[in-house]
Amino acid sequence: MSPTEVLIQQLLNGLTIGAYLALIALGYTMVYGIIELINFAHGDLFTFGFLISLSLFRLYGATGTLVGFELVWLFTTVLLLTMLLTGILNVVIDRIAYKPLRKAPRLAPLITAVGMSFALENIFANWYGSSQINYPDFFPRVDILREWFQMDTFVLFTTQDLLLVGVTIPLMIGLRYFVQRTKLGKAMRASAQNANAAAIMGINVERVIMTTFFIGGALAGAAGMIFGNFLHTGRYLMGFDAGLFAFTAAVFGGIGNITGAMLGGLIIGLIKAFSDQYLAAQWTRAVIFAILILVLVFRPQGLLGQGEAEKA
Amino acid sequence: MSHMLELENVHSFYGHIHALKGVSLHVDEGEIVTLIGSNGAGKSTTIRTISGLLNPRRGTVILEDQRIDGLPAHQVAGLGVGQAPEGRWIFPKLTVLENLEMGAFSRNDSDGIADDLAYAFDLFPRLKERIHQQGGTLSGGEQQMLAIGRALMARPRLLLLDEPSMGLAPMLVELIFETVTNINRQGMTILLVEQNALMALQVAHRGYVLQTGEIVLGGDAKELQTNEQVRKAYLGEE
Ligand SMILES: Nc1ncnc2c1ncn2[C@@H]1O[C@H](COP(=O)(O)OP(=O)(O)OP(=O)(O)O)[C@@H](O)[C@H]1O
Ligand SMILES: [Mg+2]
Repeated sequence: MSPTEVLIQQLLNGLTIGAYLALIALGYTMVYGIIELINFAHGDLFTFGFLISLSLFRLYGATGTLVGFELVWLFTTVLLLTMLLTGILNVVIDRIAYKPLRKAPRLAPLITAVGMSFALENIFANWYGSSQINYPDFFPRVDILREWFQMDTFVLFTTQDLLLVGVTIPLMIGLRYFVQRTKLGKAMRASAQNANAAAIMGINVERVIMTTFFIGGALAGAAGMIFGNFLHTGRYLMGFDAGLFAFTAAVFGGIGNITGAMLGGLIIGLIKAFSDQYLAAQWTRAVIFAILILVLVFRPQGLLGQGEAEKA
Repeated sequence: MSHMLELENVHSFYGHIHALKGVSLHVDEGEIVTLIGSNGAGKSTTIRTISGLLNPRRGTVILEDQRIDGLPAHQVAGLGVGQAPEGRWIFPKLTVLENLEMGAFSRNDSDGIADDLAYAFDLFPRLKERIHQQGGTLSGGEQQMLAIGRALMARPRLLLLDEPSMGLAPMLVELIFETVTNINRQGMTILLVEQNALMALQVAHRGYVLQTGEIVLGGDAKELQTNEQVRKAYLGEE
């Protein structure tokens, strides 16, 4: 591989990692935006999406690569079910663990979220065991540049990378449309900006919060499933790392800011890819957290935030 | 005939602070009733208690024939209580248009909403010029216009206004009070909280005086204007 190819490869890696990190980051930022809670259990929803989608494929009896019509409908069905179930799980978590503490001091739900994360991780460990889990190639893997375009290059971009981008980008566009243009989306922003004002407009803020948890969970679930089809391996604790990276992305972009989460995801993805390549993978966490600290010290409102972080 | 709004012996608390100590008052359909009193008297608390942001510990709040004390705020709004709160509570990052749309959240009649949007812009042409500007970038006066316009977008049966003239230049104060009179002439029932007692009593039909959580005086606005006690305490006379 030439240095240029390495660079291009890392750019592509960064973009794909960034895409699923952004999906997770959105859940952090949306929930923070509306109830000012850092939902530490959010990363575990990503794990849940990974596990439940694998279970759904197995339930259908899929063991290897799917083709043709079956590929399209089964993949779509599993994706939608995964999003639905992960969204519901997040709503249930909110009802059980956070809603009773809505008026309590902020530390209470925060610590509850940490506890919820441990609870979920232990459930996952009992469900799928604590060793590495193999996620088969349900989605066909084709080297696009070499096989489809007959390019003579070592840069690898497969149909599975394409799948990742092809699912995350429409989801993000859809989310933006929902939040910017629909009545419920506007109510969501209104509730985040001033919950009492929203209530006297007739907006049921609790229902808006529920919707927010559902959407955040659904996106994390989608990310988990796509991740499985892209990296093929996971573990009951995988949500911890992914969650911390995504959280960093959300803070980087400006916590509470939806566009910021997307941008932050992309940037953290790129940083991770370049650090993996040019430093060493074992340094990547240190690099990411150094960045988190620098952001918190020098620009706590993040790239696109406007001082909201000061409320925290 | 039942009143549009009736509070009977209402007690409200903030934790241990006893903010309303048995407030009783009523507003009839078509009236402007003003609630005056000095800082901390409990005026805003009364408004919050009506709109459900605060639930009274004792007493009843009745809207037409329905008890609304204990209902959450969004349900009270859905029953036809509109509000321009103290401090305006504009959604700072929604545009003027989106703020107004939020006012109509409980409605689904898009034709009626469009009519009321036109009406709001008619009342406050300034808002139309700023239609795509973010709420947080408006001046204080414009924000007050937006708060009133937004409350009207619900086409409420009862409009609660909490100190709409606060912090505004005299000309704008004039405009706001004119508007209040106008929308009342078109049939809107209004409960108006004001520290500017003089102007409030000029536009209102009736008034109540609130002092440390209790109604100490009530009656015809004209009579209150000439009342010795009111003139001394609230109209700045010796
Ligand atoms: N959130 C709160 N927590 C505790 N006490 C409060 C709260 N809000 C108001 N109070 C207290 O309740 C009393 C009544 O306050 P309220 O805001 O109703 O007064 P007001 O008549 O509207 O005054 P102003 O003219 O200054 O707006 C005051 O003593 C105030 O300190
Ligand atoms: Mg007040």
